[in-house]
Amino acid sequence: MKRREFVKNTLVGSAAVATASLLPQSVLAEWPEAAFKAKTVDEALTALLDSSDMTESGDIAIKAPDIAENGAVVPVQVTTNMANVESISIISEKNPVPLIASFKFAPNNAGYVSTRIKMGKTSNVVAVVKADGKLFSAKKEVKVTIGGCGG
Amino acid sequence: MAKKMRIQAKFKNGMTEVKALINHPMETGTRKDKKTGKLIPAHYITELNCQHKGETVMDALWSGGVSKNPYMSFKFNGGAAGDEVKLSWKDNQGGSDELVVKTKG
Repeated sequence: MKRREFVKNTLVGSAAVATASLLPQSVLAEWPEAAFKAKTVDEALTALLDSSDMTESGDIAIKAPDIAENGAVVPVQVTTNMANVESISIISEKNPVPLIASFKFAPNNAGYVSTRIKMGKTSNVVAVVKADGKLFSAKKEVKVTIGGCGG
Repeated sequence: MAKKMRIQAKFKNGMTEVKALINHPMETGTRKDKKTGKLIPAHYITELNCQHKGETVMDALWSGGVSKNPYMSFKFNGGAAGDEVKLSWKDNQGGSDELVVKTKG
C-alpha cells in the first residue's frame, strides 16, 4: 500500500513540475510581456516602444475591410512611404489585448506588412509606424458582425 | 499531418516579397472549451524571425490576436532570384519551426 502511494505521489509531483516548467513567461525573456498584457493602447505602446506620443500621418495607409463578417479573420495591410521605417505595429483598440503584432524591420524594408488579425468587436485598427525614432499613426474603423475573441 | 509552414519569396521590381502561412492554433487563452466549460490554455506564436542570406530583415512579436493559421507578408528592397530566405518562429509553449526557401525570380 505504501509503495503504491509513493509511486502515485511521485507521478503527480513530476507532472506538476513538468507543467510549471512549461509556463511561457519563464521561457521567453525577449518577448515584451508587459506590452502584451497592457489593456490600453497607450500602456502597450509605452511598454513596447518606450513612448505613446504619436503624430497622425497621411503617409500611412491601412487596408482593411469596412465591415468584417467574421472577427476571427480580418485581413489588415499597412503600407507607408515614409523614410527610415524601423517598425510597424498593429493594434485593435477594443480587443482584450489591444497590441496584436509588432514587426521590426531592417533598414532595407519597403514599408509594407500584411497579416490577418482577430477582432472582438467593432473598433479602430491602429497602425503605428516608427520612423526616424518617432511614432506616427493611422486609424481605420472596422465594423465587426461576429466577434472573433470569445468562444 | 499537413505541412506546418509554407513560405514564398519572390523578387520583382527590385524588391523581395516574403509570404508565410503557418499552421498554428493561435489560442488566446480566453476561449472556453464548449464541452467542458474549461478555458483552453493559451498557445500562440510569440516571435518570428526572417533572414535573407543570414541577415535579419524582419523580427516580429505577436500576441494571440493574430488569426489562427497565421498569414503574413512583407517586402524588402534588394535580394535576387535564388537568394535564401529563412523564416523561423517560436510559440509560448516552447514549440518552434523554421524553413528555408530560395527566392523566385
